[in-house]
Amino acid sequence: MANPAAAKSRVVRRRETAVSYLFLLPALAIFVCFVVTPMLMGFFTSFTDSHLGGMKFVAFANYIRLFKDPKFLRSAWNTVLIVLVSVPAVTAFSLWVGASIYRMRSGVRSFFRCIFYLPVVTGSVAVVVVWKWMFNTYNGLFNYVGVSAGLMDRGIDWLGSPRLAIWCILIILFTTSIGQPIVLYVAALGNVDVSLVEAAEVDGATDFQTFWKIKWPSIMPTTLYVVVITSINSFQCFALIQLLTSGGPNYHTSTVMYLLYETAFKTYQYGYADAMGVILALVIALFSALQFRVMNGGTTE
Amino acid sequence: MRLNRKSPYFVLCVILLAVLAVLFIFPLYWIVTGSVKDKAEILVKAGQSVQWFPLSPTAANYEKLLHTQVNWKGLLGAVRVPAAVKWLFNSVFISVMAMALSCVTASLAGYALAKKQFSGKKLVFTLFVCAMALPKQVILIPLVTLSKTLGLSESLWSVIFPVVGWPFGVFLMKQFSETIPSSLLEAARIDGAGELRTFWDVVLPIIKPGIGALAIFTFISAWNEYPLQLVMLHKTEVKTIALGIAGLQAEMSTDYGLIMAGAALGAIPIILIFLIFQKYFTQGITMGSVKG
Repeated sequence: MANPAAAKSRVVRRRETAVSYLFLLPALAIFVCFVVTPMLMGFFTSFTDSHLGGMKFVAFANYIRLFKDPKFLRSAWNTVLIVLVSVPAVTAFSLWVGASIYRMRSGVRSFFRCIFYLPVVTGSVAVVVVWKWMFNTYNGLFNYVGVSAGLMDRGIDWLGSPRLAIWCILIILFTTSIGQPIVLYVAALGNVDVSLVEAAEVDGATDFQTFWKIKWPSIMPTTLYVVVITSINSFQCFALIQLLTSGGPNYHTSTVMYLLYETAFKTYQYGYADAMGVILALVIALFSALQFRVMNGGTTE
Repeated sequence: MRLNRKSPYFVLCVILLAVLAVLFIFPLYWIVTGSVKDKAEILVKAGQSVQWFPLSPTAANYEKLLHTQVNWKGLLGAVRVPAAVKWLFNSVFISVMAMALSCVTASLAGYALAKKQFSGKKLVFTLFVCAMALPKQVILIPLVTLSKTLGLSESLWSVIFPVVGWPFGVFLMKQFSETIPSSLLEAARIDGAGELRTFWDVVLPIIKPGIGALAIFTFISAWNEYPLQLVMLHKTEVKTIALGIAGLQAEMSTDYGLIMAGAALGAIPIILIFLIFQKYFTQGITMGSVKG
């Protein structure tokens, strides 16, 4: 190089790059090994008939089979139903809680935020075992209260009913999903420009008007984020179902994620299950793409 | 604030919230009280009265839970311990290791992504973003194959590494590292501080709250990472407390006292940890998302 300054800066830059990669190395190594590799493996396996005995390439056969499989179609419908019900319910409810508690004294606010977060922390297994007991036909609290209060003649088989079981799952999913959105909403409402709110109040706006005209638009990024994370979580709904109903009765509570688990770990059709995974990933990726657009829009202030 | 605290709407909200709070706390209450009821008290039968409060608490369920023993091969040879104790230890081990590894790897990587200029930065970042956009659970099947190949079958590490590898931590620490003033880093360089020295003395003190948030976040999510544990760990002695409770429910579905004792053992430690470090946790959730 003729220009010594440029050569020097190139050396500096190369050194900086080397140092940066050393900083990144531990995270990157574990990430590539335990996230990227299995993703690629799953993708390639979905084009094979991989099972316990071996595998051979079958091109799109798994995908074609999926769309003719009544179990898959029913599970896909259940997944969509869960997303369609839980997303609006969780978003609206957590917004209401957030809007109600963010202006309370900080102690009271933390108290409520904490209570609604507890089911998330407790973990799906402990939460599900107690709900399963409460839903039990013979020993459950719901039937006890219902019968004692004269609401029903005899106990209902909540989890065994093709119509009701999925709603039982939706209730539990709801209680374990609202914690994070509430935290996000409380934080977002706390960041709304106070001067705008005060100006509106001086102009004689009612609480209701202030909310829709000023607060609602400024927490829009949070709402979109809440919608996206709740959708992603609902699409992946699995632990509750595996523990509560095992997809029953007759696949009426099975979701794509549950069917994937059953196909892979009960009947060992890895290739077919991976094809379900790829479809689920594609759908969720669409939602995630939206999430990251929202995130980037939100952080470039 | 000019809010009318006496308005009927506000009063209604408070009452409704209080009722909901009771409903939300109830399952937890039912776990804890159920775990100390004896066989007769725990029954919920139509026509009879329900024992809403455990009038004569008993430790029988816990004794029964601790009755089953497993071999624990440690440094000092094998000892017999109650299975539930081993499960609890396994859960703690997974959470602590995942937490420690995440904090180290993510704070180093997050700092580099936020504050350093290097070739390939965009590519690395895009890779992390794309992975985050995909659902965690769809890689369960290939992960099982992979951990067999790596000799990690039935090993607690097969659950730890995928949790650590998930790029959420790197994102969170990148967010926190953005707040480091570049002038400080420049000053450290002029003073002749090496890269590690700069990281230790300048960067770490600034991103400490972020590390706190990531630590508690990883601890809790590793503890509750049930699907991964379910497909990776099967032997009794490597089970986590979550898997242990699920197993109890599958095998002894009507012994509610025993199941609730297990659930209490799994839920109470993690709830205590959450309550103690709540402040950091809330911060982590908000920083990891959007600025609304």
